[in-house]
Amino acid sequence: MNTDIPALRLEGIVKTFPGVRALDGVSFTVQPGEVHALMGENGAGKSTLMKVLGGIYQPDEGQIFIAEEATVMTSPLHAKARGVVFIHQELSLADELSVAENIFLGELPRKSFGRVDWDKLFNDTNAILTTLNVGFDAQTRVGDLSIANQQMVEIARALTVDPRAVIFDEPTASLTDAEKVVLFDVIADLKSRGVGIIYISHRMEEIFKITDRISVLRDGQYRGTVKTSETDEDKVTQLMIGRSLDLSRSVSEHEVGKVALEVRGLSCGNLYNDVNFTVRRGEVVGFYGLVGAGRTEIAETIFGLRTPSTGTILLDGEEVRINSPIDAIRRGISLVPEDRKGQGLVLGMNCRDNMTLPQVDDMTAGPFVSDGAEVAIFDQYRDKLDIRTPGWRQLVGNLSGGNQQKIVIGKWLSMHPNVLIVDEPTRGIDVGSKSEIHNLIRDLAAQGYAVIVISSEMPEVLHVADRIIAMYHGRIMREFTAEEVTEDSLIQAISGIESDKVA
Amino acid sequence: MNKEILLKQGGIWAFILVELIFFTVAGNFLSTSDKSFMDFDNMLLLLKQSAPIGIIALGMTIVMINGNIDLSVGATFALSAIVLLDSMTWPFMKEMGDWSIPLAWAFALATGTVLGAINGLIVWKTGVDAFIVTLGSMLGFRGLVFMYNGEQPTSHLNWTLVDFAEAQFLGLHTATWFLLGAALLLWLLMTKTVHGRNAYAIGNNREAAVNAGIRVGPHFLINFMLIGFLASLSAVVFYSESGSVNPNDGMLYELWAITAVVLGGTKLTGGYGSIVSTLGGVIAIQLLRKGLGHIGADTETVNLVIGLILIAVLFLDKQLNRKGKEELKV
Repeated sequence: MNTDIPALRLEGIVKTFPGVRALDGVSFTVQPGEVHALMGENGAGKSTLMKVLGGIYQPDEGQIFIAEEATVMTSPLHAKARGVVFIHQELSLADELSVAENIFLGELPRKSFGRVDWDKLFNDTNAILTTLNVGFDAQTRVGDLSIANQQMVEIARALTVDPRAVIFDEPTASLTDAEKVVLFDVIADLKSRGVGIIYISHRMEEIFKITDRISVLRDGQYRGTVKTSETDEDKVTQLMIGRSLDLSRSVSEHEVGKVALEVRGLSCGNLYNDVNFTVRRGEVVGFYGLVGAGRTEIAETIFGLRTPSTGTILLDGEEVRINSPIDAIRRGISLVPEDRKGQGLVLGMNCRDNMTLPQVDDMTAGPFVSDGAEVAIFDQYRDKLDIRTPGWRQLVGNLSGGNQQKIVIGKWLSMHPNVLIVDEPTRGIDVGSKSEIHNLIRDLAAQGYAVIVISSEMPEVLHVADRIIAMYHGRIMREFTAEEVTEDSLIQAISGIESDKVA
Repeated sequence: MNKEILLKQGGIWAFILVELIFFTVAGNFLSTSDKSFMDFDNMLLLLKQSAPIGIIALGMTIVMINGNIDLSVGATFALSAIVLLDSMTWPFMKEMGDWSIPLAWAFALATGTVLGAINGLIVWKTGVDAFIVTLGSMLGFRGLVFMYNGEQPTSHLNWTLVDFAEAQFLGLHTATWFLLGAALLLWLLMTKTVHGRNAYAIGNNREAAVNAGIRVGPHFLINFMLIGFLASLSAVVFYSESGSVNPNDGMLYELWAITAVVLGGTKLTGGYGSIVSTLGGVIAIQLLRKGLGHIGADTETVNLVIGLILIAVLFLDKQLNRKGKEELKV
């Protein structure tokens, strides 16, 4: 491919919606064989821009050029036919179908009388899978694959055409560090084939690891493109939000109190085994490990969503049985789940009703729910957590990820819990809100809450936790204090390397 | 926000207005009778005729908001009607004279409530989808109806009861009062109480509701008992006047009720809907039936047109909602 001709060029793209100028003259160029990061806070216009590229929206002004040929995109399918392929954050696969059927969905090879040519289908698919170097084959049922492997299926789907440009939208959101490495290899491979890549992500360390150039959007405006090698995180952050962020670890100065939660010899089938740990008041304990290491399952057990096969849970030194979330909530245990939209929020309800959901039973005046009491609670936690919403009537589904997460946290804080478990606190949340959530978690510990943070992001646990518990395959490998932990030792622990061999 | 609610909930009333105008104008040219369509008595009668399906549709609304569905209401309706009429012929009831009326009502209403509780308990305890459970109970309850009296109609006419059913208070018929009363109570239930709040939450996102410590099963049970109660209330209101029930009565009522509910904008997937809009949906359907009859269409044509309009309205609704969503995302 001729490297002088850009794979993709956007020129002066303008898109307005009633009352909002979502994109205001965005131009940038993606060269073949280049990984081009597109960054910006939530609401900066990244999604709108992608929809324009995919033909879901038509731009009011400006043009899209594919290999310097002006193109009007009419649909994602049309874009794909022109060599522009999207790998979305949310996967759209049919779980019950095989990998091959998913990859060639809508374009299955046929024989006479409309019969599917299964041999060709599986052979073609396996040929693509071989180039991706994945550990599953064409006939595997997609529902049986891990999220990371499902993403590989999406990527394989992109490779059925000869793509000029592939757009990755937050591809690592649900991946563990090990899985990311595989993804980055694939991206490097695409790059070497001369494909132009747009890489959308909030994660700085990824951006600096794999991209060549960075373009930044803020409030729908194009803020410029910089060479990754010639900039640093601070400069990019400043471009994105117009101020710099302090991401250094805030050392806790408050006293750590009594043990609030203790877990002894807890096991649950083959999910996790013989888990022991304590969490004190005023302390943040981080659980770090690969997806499937059993972290979420432990949290679900403590919250009463799973029944342990053996072991005991003690709250304030007293042994308790927790059979349901109702038991857990009554005993002051709260869970901010990892899937905010699926497990934490009722998206079709307004902010206030979501926040008071677990305690609305206790907020009645006669037979009816007391509006005043509810609004009072909402106002209190909106101010306390700095939730930005036009008002309590706003549907939660319309808020940004960061504000949604604050609603979930506020929901539990208003119940005055003893133990707060936060699973993946900043998944899919932009940089600015991310540090806000981190500070909030630190504050909660300072106020005397016992907090558990489960995270797949190493900077997050390093930043937020007083102690870090490293898990591997359902077992606690090692426990670190914030002072002694290093990135290397943490990675080794979660990869199953015994600590004595490390030392 | 307010504009959004107006767009979604005002739609059905705008549709009713269009119907009224259309049938009034069309009636001037096509109607064989010289009475105008918008005749006041005609409208009062329309409300009364809306009541049987309407009362069931109100119950269907709360069940559907909760994320379930109840296909057994037609059979519940018929069985409650049989209990109502037959119980008044039992010897000890006969001896009580007109005092047997409230008792017969209580029997009928209890029948519906118990049948609803059976549905609710099965859905709660087995976790089987409500569609399947109530499909089964629809057949089962209808079986009970036929076991009661075979193919024979069950009849008993009590003139005190007929007088009560035909009475008009402040111009509105007894049936209309029951419809409006039930609507008011259910509206309060769904918008002002904890049960209503939780029912919406469960229908919208069951997992999040469970994680918030809401016990899903009891809410299911309450709503199924309520729709059972309402199906029998509908039977009580209707058969107090007619005095005779055929074993096939109430068939397809579940589908008419669902039609009205969906026309009113309640989502089949749960979590969204309104009692008031269902009332609009019920009235809109009845207006269509009466209006088409007024301009000389026969029953077959009426059903065809209602079916087409249902699909057209929902298509329109989808287009409007999609547009609204795009703007909101920005």
